[in-house]
Amino acid sequence: MKVPYKAVKLSAVVLYFAFVLASFPAGFEPGQQIGKNFLSFSLELLKILPSAFVLIGLFEVWVKKEKVEKHLGKGSGMLSHVWVILLAGTTVGGMYVAFPVSYALFRKGAKLSVIFTYLGASAICRIPMIIFEASFMGIKFSVIRLLVSIPLVVLSSIWLGHYLEKRHYQIVEGG
Amino acid sequence: MYYLNLATAVVLFISFLGDRRKTMAGMKMALKILSNILPALLTMLIAISIVLYLIPDRLILHYLGDSGRMVGLILASFFGSVTIMPGFIAFPLSGILLQKGVSYMVLAAFTTTLMMVGILTYPIESKYFGAKVTVIRNVISLLIALIVAVSIGYFFGELS
Repeated sequence: MKVPYKAVKLSAVVLYFAFVLASFPAGFEPGQQIGKNFLSFSLELLKILPSAFVLIGLFEVWVKKEKVEKHLGKGSGMLSHVWVILLAGTTVGGMYVAFPVSYALFRKGAKLSVIFTYLGASAICRIPMIIFEASFMGIKFSVIRLLVSIPLVVLSSIWLGHYLEKRHYQIVEGG
Repeated sequence: MYYLNLATAVVLFISFLGDRRKTMAGMKMALKILSNILPALLTMLIAISIVLYLIPDRLILHYLGDSGRMVGLILASFFGSVTIMPGFIAFPLSGILLQKGVSYMVLAAFTTTLMMVGILTYPIESKYFGAKVTVIRNVISLLIALIVAVSIGYFFGELS
């Protein structure tokens, strides 16, 4: 009999929580540490996710598809990459916010290459992060890193976008 | 994060004044997207909690502090790819390593893979982009991170 993948996954999750919860009365230090890690990262997410998703929801209803298509869609030029890099600079949290935002952009008609630039840039261009970086590693370090990585991100995104566009690739709703 | 939440509340309020029905529709949409990726988020959180236990900060400090340039580069890329760390922890940590004599190149490999290569965010990324594109994107990101690291090494005169 084939065991459904979902059932395996669900029992793994249940097992994980049983293990973590049992670790506290049992005084099992690794399990307690894992539980604390889980909790502290969940709290971190809770501070960011509600706002991020409210903003995504408002973007869905207020921003017109034609607007996004015109500036970030198939007919748009190199400037479109500049717009999304600026958007990425203000993205909060981490990639777990950037993925749903890319999906929202895709639904509004942004082209794939621009979406991949957005994803790459939200990894490397978030402004609060750059401030931290420059203060600990020096401005020279940040400047070189950005000057080298941004062109590479844009070029590889254009390549990947073209490659997938030809194959009629779709970003799907998570789930 | 306090300002983000405050700003969002203000924007939401203005939107609500502007068009009640539209705002409600947007919130419904937001809830739907969020609930769709909730299982993937949970998987990510579980993976993070285990990996952070297996690879604590002091382990990274120990290995990057004591290895040579090539080994350091490989180890740094590995640590950066498999962990997740907010910038306010990663950069102070890198600052300490810098003072211990770790090269800029190795630290660039660590911080750039940390930002760009997300093995722990795979559950979420693959939900939206599919397994194949997620793998391609992360491999490209790893290559870019390595190019960045070597460039940093070059400009800081560490390659000779």
